[in-house]
Amino acid sequence: MTSTQSPPTQDGVRPAEDAAPPRPGRRRRTRAADKGASRLFRWTATGAGALILVVLVAVAAFLVLRAWPALTTPAAELTEEVSWMGEATSLLDFVGPLIFGTVLAAALALVIATPIALGIALFTSHYAPRRLASGLGYLVDLLAAIPSVVYGLWGGLVLAPMVKPIWAWLNEYLGFIPFFAGTVSPTARVLMTVGLVLAVMILPIITAVSREVFLQTPRLHEEAALALGATRWEMIRVAVLPFARSGIVSASMLGLGRALGETMAVLMILSPGFLYSFQLLEAGQQQTIAANIAAQFPEANPLGVSALIATGLALFVITLVVNMAARAIVARRKDFSGAN
Amino acid sequence: MTATTLPEGNAELRALLRQVDKGRHRKDRLMKGLIYGAFVLAMLPLISVSWTVLVNGIERFNAYFLTHSMRGVYGGMDAGGIYHAIIGTLEITLFATLISVPIGLLTAIYLVEYGRGSLARSVTFFVDVMTGIPSIVAGLFAYALFAVVLGPGVRMGVVGSVALSVLMIPVVVRSCEEMLRLVPNELREAALALGVPRWLVVIKVVLRTSIAGIGTGITLAIARIIGETAPLLITVGVIDSINFNLFEGRMMTLPVYVYRQYSQGLVPCTPGDLECIPTINYDRAWAAALTLIIIVMLLNLIGRLITRFFAPKNLG
Repeated sequence: MTSTQSPPTQDGVRPAEDAAPPRPGRRRRTRAADKGASRLFRWTATGAGALILVVLVAVAAFLVLRAWPALTTPAAELTEEVSWMGEATSLLDFVGPLIFGTVLAAALALVIATPIALGIALFTSHYAPRRLASGLGYLVDLLAAIPSVVYGLWGGLVLAPMVKPIWAWLNEYLGFIPFFAGTVSPTARVLMTVGLVLAVMILPIITAVSREVFLQTPRLHEEAALALGATRWEMIRVAVLPFARSGIVSASMLGLGRALGETMAVLMILSPGFLYSFQLLEAGQQQTIAANIAAQFPEANPLGVSALIATGLALFVITLVVNMAARAIVARRKDFSGAN
Repeated sequence: MTATTLPEGNAELRALLRQVDKGRHRKDRLMKGLIYGAFVLAMLPLISVSWTVLVNGIERFNAYFLTHSMRGVYGGMDAGGIYHAIIGTLEITLFATLISVPIGLLTAIYLVEYGRGSLARSVTFFVDVMTGIPSIVAGLFAYALFAVVLGPGVRMGVVGSVALSVLMIPVVVRSCEEMLRLVPNELREAALALGVPRWLVVIKVVLRTSIAGIGTGITLAIARIIGETAPLLITVGVIDSINFNLFEGRMMTLPVYVYRQYSQGLVPCTPGDLECIPTINYDRAWAAALTLIIIVMLLNLIGRLITRFFAPKNLG
């Protein structure tokens, strides 16, 4: 109890003394009231907390366990046994294009979604009338409530025919850009359409996180900027955006994590291929890990299942890294914002 | 525009200032337009999705559709429904909730009431990380888990429940933790000062005060996972008949039903066959999607109503 300078907080976040290992004297004092049902209850609750970590480790462990046969089988045998591996010479050659497609689709979604999401976040935090702001924010959250399979259905049957002429136009007039080159698909079941749908799906999370950060901007910074004669946009540019920079980065990384793992929208819209191709408007070029698993899993033989789980392991590692980086940025930010 | 009452120099200064301001104001207005535009742009897909699902789904959305399965339905037959899918979705989601709520709630209690040191910090961090696990990976995990225990190729409802609970637990922890933190410390201290043991303080004071918020959180978590498709597709599989047994055999679920109907595509009808509807699979997919959206929206609404009607002030 000696090391703390901050007063006990109301919100249950105990001050710094908790970070230190419990000292013997203190432990004896808590033990007095901590017996029987109380101790049982405490251990149950702690056990549940530890179980979360166990589950996360178990996810990794079981994926490795089931992927092991595919990882250790010689490449030639694997190609023979697993029909959809095609001419791939090893598991790595097979996973490579899938990782490429996954990252390309997610990056495309991120490029489309981030500016719009930031606009919406600014709209609800600084532009919309106070009384309407939360209601309008709720409308954006509704986008997250729509199940992904419905997005897939909508993307395949409604959006794809709608954007077909736009893609054709892009191909004709901007075809010199590598992304828009190639023969444009007549069905619009291409990565560009997928990217658009994924962008809609990750809008709510990017908006929600960056809105929180925008609202945390110190009031005094904003007022100081306005008092110096800044317009509203200039105030946002000099006071809000610099303050929120790390928050924006982590918000878009969370969005990226969502887009990387999204299955149904890709599965239901994209006509797949296994190439390292940047052509967003041509059919049969790319495929993502998640959609490939969902497409092949029901009919796969044991070794095929194992190979699919190996690709799933790659996806798990990628999303884990992206999410951990994003959360670490948020957590570090939280420590600093206390100083303001 | 000239201010006649002002001295000469002042007007010049004004004009100068206005000149500079013009560009800045234009930029300000432009950005305002773009920011309003971004919001409008985001509303377009929301309106488009809800409208098309409603218009395309309402035609087939009737009592027959809700109370019949797909058993014996083939080709372009004007028949078939989602009864078996509703049963599957309800059972699998309910079981996932039964797994997730105790674990999630206890974890939240641990974090708020007991959590300290490195374990609590890592649990908080990894709960956040867990919310980002791709749903298909959760499905693969559940499949791998049951494949190790029961041998490969297992397809049954409970595997899907386990997959969904991996996705649901972090959501439950997050929302319950938030609600428990809202309980004022004075209440805990008052109860402890009266000599109430710690665990009874948690159950009788903390949980009772926050019960409405916890109810809302759990309802919203259910709404979040009830539309998950990919993990169920690979763990539970598809079936056309009704299966009530969570622990044996494949089951159909609403989201997977939507996907299956969609992937079957248009039916090739023989010309002149009036009984055959070419778009029947798409029609059924839209109607099932409408059912799914209605369920999700109802859950969202219930979640909000719980907070409104069971707020702590109403509790004795």
